[in-house]
Amino acid sequence: MRKFLTSVAFVGLSVAPALAEVSDGKVKIGILNDQSGVYADFGGKFSYEAARMAVEDFGGTVLGAPVEVVTADHQNKADIASNIARQWYDTEQVDTIMELTSSSVGLAVQALSLEAKKITINTGAATSELTGAQCSPYGFHWAYDTHALAVGTGGALVEEGGDSWFFLTADYAFGYSLEENTSNFVKEKGGTVLGAVRHPLATTDYSSFLLQAQASGAKVIGLANAGMDTQNAIKQAAEFGITAGGQRLAALLFTLAEVHGIGLDAAQGLNLTESFYWNRTDETRAFGQRFMDRTGAMPNMVHAGTYSAVLSYLKAIEAAGTDETEAVAAKLHELPVSDVFASNGKVAANGRMISDVYLMEVKKPGESDTPWDYYTVKATIPGDQAYLDPAKSGCALVK
Amino acid sequence: MTMIFGIPLQAFMGQLLIGLINGSFYALLSLGLAVIFGLLRVINFAHGAQYMLGAFAALLLAMYGGVSYWVALLLAPVIVGLTAAVVEKTMLSRLYKLDHLYGLLFTFGLALVIEGTFRYFFGASGKPYPAPSALSGASNLGFMVLPNYRGWVVVASLAVCIATWALIERTKLGAYLRAATENPSLVQAFGINVPLLLTLTYALGAGLAAFAGVLAAPIYQVSPLMGSNIIIVVFAVVVVGGMGSIMGAIVTGYLLGIAEGLTKVFYPEASNIVIFVIMAIVLILRPAGLFGKDV
Repeated sequence: MRKFLTSVAFVGLSVAPALAEVSDGKVKIGILNDQSGVYADFGGKFSYEAARMAVEDFGGTVLGAPVEVVTADHQNKADIASNIARQWYDTEQVDTIMELTSSSVGLAVQALSLEAKKITINTGAATSELTGAQCSPYGFHWAYDTHALAVGTGGALVEEGGDSWFFLTADYAFGYSLEENTSNFVKEKGGTVLGAVRHPLATTDYSSFLLQAQASGAKVIGLANAGMDTQNAIKQAAEFGITAGGQRLAALLFTLAEVHGIGLDAAQGLNLTESFYWNRTDETRAFGQRFMDRTGAMPNMVHAGTYSAVLSYLKAIEAAGTDETEAVAAKLHELPVSDVFASNGKVAANGRMISDVYLMEVKKPGESDTPWDYYTVKATIPGDQAYLDPAKSGCALVK
Repeated sequence: MTMIFGIPLQAFMGQLLIGLINGSFYALLSLGLAVIFGLLRVINFAHGAQYMLGAFAALLLAMYGGVSYWVALLLAPVIVGLTAAVVEKTMLSRLYKLDHLYGLLFTFGLALVIEGTFRYFFGASGKPYPAPSALSGASNLGFMVLPNYRGWVVVASLAVCIATWALIERTKLGAYLRAATENPSLVQAFGINVPLLLTLTYALGAGLAAFAGVLAAPIYQVSPLMGSNIIIVVFAVVVVGGMGSIMGAIVTGYLLGIAEGLTKVFYPEASNIVIFVIMAIVLILRPAGLFGKDV
């Protein structure tokens, strides 16, 4: 009889309103990124909108609790980002922080969230360190990383005969990581690296650096920078006759948002790597159009990646039956990722979400027939080749 | 090959020239700031925003009116100058009697509002603006390939700098302006409309910034952030040159452009702080700046 009562009580507990399983009766997702600086189009308010789309598509509630998305601008400063993250966790009941553009910010907030025992899903930062030596059991990395970019763009150019490289590198964590990954990859394939020059973030004039790159005689000038920095470098390389002189430019991190910014005239012929292109399948086109209607812009891989990250997080809560960090993280590791962003994604033990990436070539102005139709997909790189083997990532969580 | 400081002479010459080109922008922008500070005693933090407005005026004129680069080069400074005149007349002029800090805060706030508005409508990535066809292409100078447009930037900025200097130091209007700064009530007693002179000065300073903005449009991405990226450097130029010194602003602009260009060769990581290091040294040794008069 006693046994019976216990099991009744047990069943009673498990069918009690699921709301009880969600802390504070609400799931709060924070989108923390650059909304006013050089990466404001790369991620920015568009990522916030993507997150809200994912919540709406999920139904607006999980386990009966409402889902709310909050956002803030970290101005690309790790200290500001850390302050906001602490405030969100300590006083505003934010359950998870996502997007986190800029590698220095990404690393800082992931470390802080490990202490606070909260999940982060990074979709905006590039450094592979997030799932390497500095990996965290609660830290996830979606959308892309420096390794995938190096394999995609670097690999394509070396195969086409671009076997000597010179780098223009943004002088912070992300630039170093991108330069190192690409250098290693180029050397592995038998190429040489002739040199590199480090420029400060948000430099406006690249002519001096470009002349040094030109003088090096390298066949490929690798732009290990991002956002407006890359845009300016590409424009000015054309101006100084560098591309006309036979040297090729490799924009190692360049997305649809930046191509749109400089226009096809300046960007045509560029090779770049993204893990998402809206004009690839009917499903991505439909998603792109919905995003366009809300924001006035087509999504790049950061925006679509944020959509996927939010959706996956909510699915994990549902599967875990709670929003408790340990349980949700376990489900995130376990569940396959299948949505408009990734059809065959899986999350490795180091937190890396592994899915296909695409090598793109930017169309010539005459080839683009609809607005935002900028890419030709040249190759699909399977996730296992694009991302570093988790066992070799240096992450202590991988056994 | 001849070497100089361990790098080939050709590369050195190329970097010198690039320093000169960037110096042209610093000179034009710091000139406008120096004019405004020298005559109005206002530290115009909206200068970067006015530079950005000049570039956007050219872009919007081309997009919606089909206006060519050459016309925009004249029209954009006029448009920005006029809006600046309205701002001065309705708002800024009320602050002259107060501490300098109020002018600084007001123009800083104004810059944030303008930049925020443009970012809302145009995004942070901005838009491209093509160079005029007459100046596209590049010339091979032997030691480097010089884009024709950049050559034009140096010529145009030098011409405008000299013209502005002459206007203020060598004409009657300039003499009125300088006198109005020294002793406004006395000049007013002579029957000269001092408030109008001050409005004109602010409009002139803003117009110079807009002119630099149009010059910059084909080189840099026309973006709401373009002003805030450059304005801090320009302030350093003005401080090194001596606040309010017009010749000082011009000469220092070119000199620091060259110093920065050379740093990009020898130690690129320091290229965005070298100007501030120079500023600190100058402030220690000559607090009034290289060309400033002690007050």
